Amino acid sequence: MPGTVISVENLSKCYRLGVIGTGTFHGDLDRWLAKWRGKPDPYQIIGQADHGNRQGETLWALKDISFQVQQGEALGIIGRNGAGKSTLLKILSQVTAPTSGTVRVKGRIASLLEVGTGFHPELTGRENIYLNGAIMGMNRAEVANKFDEIVDFSGVDQFIDTPVKRYSSGMYVRLAFAVAAHLEPEILVVDEVLAVGDIEFQKKCLGKMGDVAKEGRTVLFVSHNMVAVASLCSKGLLIDGGKIEQAGEADFVISKYLGKYETKAEYRSSRSPTIKNKLGIVRASLLKNNVISDTFYSSENLTLQIECEVKESIKGAQIAFDLLNEADQYVFSSTNQDLTRRKDILAPGTYVFECKFALNLLRSGKYRINVSSSIPAIEMLDIADSSLVFNLLDDSSPMLMLGQNRRGIIFLELPWTVLPKG
Amino acid sequence: MTSQDILASRNEWDLIIRPQRSWWDLRLGELWRYRDLIWLLVWRDFVAYYKQTILGPLWYLIQPLLTTVVFTVIFGGIAHLSTDGLPPFLFYMAGNTVWSYFAACLTNTSNTFTSNAAIFGKVYFPRLSIPVSVIISNLISFGIRLGVFLAFWVYFMLTSSAIHPNPWILLLPVLLVLMAGQGLGLGIIISSLTTKYRDLQQLVGFGVQLLMYATPVIYPLSTVTGIWRWLILANPMTAVVETFRLAFLGTSSLSPISLLYSAGFMVVVFVIGVFIFNRVEATFMDTV
Repeated sequence: MPGTVISVENLSKCYRLGVIGTGTFHGDLDRWLAKWRGKPDPYQIIGQADHGNRQGETLWALKDISFQVQQGEALGIIGRNGAGKSTLLKILSQVTAPTSGTVRVKGRIASLLEVGTGFHPELTGRENIYLNGAIMGMNRAEVANKFDEIVDFSGVDQFIDTPVKRYSSGMYVRLAFAVAAHLEPEILVVDEVLAVGDIEFQKKCLGKMGDVAKEGRTVLFVSHNMVAVASLCSKGLLIDGGKIEQAGEADFVISKYLGKYETKAEYRSSRSPTIKNKLGIVRASLLKNNVISDTFYSSENLTLQIECEVKESIKGAQIAFDLLNEADQYVFSSTNQDLTRRKDILAPGTYVFECKFALNLLRSGKYRINVSSSIPAIEMLDIADSSLVFNLLDDSSPMLMLGQNRRGIIFLELPWTVLPKG
Repeated sequence: MTSQDILASRNEWDLIIRPQRSWWDLRLGELWRYRDLIWLLVWRDFVAYYKQTILGPLWYLIQPLLTTVVFTVIFGGIAHLSTDGLPPFLFYMAGNTVWSYFAACLTNTSNTFTSNAAIFGKVYFPRLSIPVSVIISNLISFGIRLGVFLAFWVYFMLTSSAIHPNPWILLLPVLLVLMAGQGLGLGIIISSLTTKYRDLQQLVGFGVQLLMYATPVIYPLSTVTGIWRWLILANPMTAVVETFRLAFLGTSSLSPISLLYSAGFMVVVFVIGVFIFNRVEATFMDTV
């Protein structure tokens, strides 16, 4: 089969959790001495030893994955948080090496793990285009050829000779994506960059990726947005727990992904500690009268509680959630800036966000909640997809039968009047 | 596709990602492919250095001049250290010109991994292009310092008879390679180790300062005697500084063996550095 451009064989990646170096030479020496004298590790985190299994110190982000990608294929890689998607992309784009297994690639591979990598604030837009292009592996002539197209696509042509530190955040992101979108690799790896920019720009980006796929180049696309995956990709790969759950036609894989939700009233982040999130979602839970619950009645109120950790002071960040129904339709979204549009600065620490809402408008069924943190239109900070899933039962007894037979995403009881005309 | 097919088409793959590369797979050819990137990084460092400063590129002149003046006043005027009969100003400027290039190469390459973690975590390019670009961009500031030095050198040559330039000057490119190689080699060894031990970063800052006193920058080698002389000679930078003075000013108490020793040291440090760097770059993202 001459068309295979990526061949992944028995790929595994293991992160060591407990035994990462203590960070100082002194610390490592201490640990080594203690081990030598048969004493317990002085840097062991208290409580961690209670698990009792040494295996717990390693995390297999990927375990024995094998698949192949054909020339011109658009492969959507989907899976829950911590499933190993990002690790897979990192290995493919050579940011980190696998623990075992091999990847063979035909043609140049370029990744858009995050746009704007290597932009220097003091340099002008023009200068940064060249620098960024070079970092992504283009030579000067290639960038020069594409230069006008890039500027055109970004829509910042007026400011092309202004240092990018004077750009608005939106302009910055647009320029960065424009450079990345005009790379001409045989294989393009994209990870959720579409979470940036305004709606119009996002459409432009999706269109550009579609073009790339149509030109016969290969695209690997990691996203939480099933609609985008379905429209862009022909093939899908569902990863869960570091293993391939399902592979095949995109629609089939997506339906497998959506069908596998079980109710979950509490979410705890399973990210490896090496990932540094500016506003990381640590925990999220569904509460009914201050008690965690996964089943609600439509007459009740639901409280969504989200615990976040801020590593360094951050400005203008927001926490948002989407509510989706069984058919994967968005029912509604909300952010903590719904009513107060303040751009507060959050100091480092742990914060608990709470949102309480009535369920009386929802039809009975299974719902899931995506939680995310971001700086609107600039940067996606953390995503916890399908982190919470709950069952909703209709207890508005007189309407019960009616409600089940009605169509629509939501369920309303509206006041009607009837009067004889005249 | 069966494994036989893969075997048959093995030669067609452009890139094979494996857990650990072999020690010898240094991918230096790849570095050459990314030469445009290296030039752009050099140019970025140069431009970003003086953007938004009042004096702009003049800073490249002010720094060496002020350092030399301070050295002349303190070590020459107050401490009365010997300068082998040379004009103190020129003596200190010669030492400082050479030393500052080595020091800049070492300190600016020693934080390669930690200060570029953000960009290294997102996109692949040969990691070595960062330290290599640092070495080259420091060459620009060295060139300017050398120009300043040469201007004074010509002035002193016209007004004083203490200076005797000689054919050793032709060795200047060799000295440059020695400084760059040692600075780069030590720098990337340290940067590879700092991915595990952050302490080293602290060490580099004042370590370079202290090392300057173990190098004949503010005193001539001829004033050092006994056991100390051996210690100073064991420092591979000693030969470089002394040869530079010998070439331009005409006085030194150095044997050519020292220069060979320095060259040998450079080769060893450079090779070890490249190997360790190559080893660390594959997985350092997991530990940083």
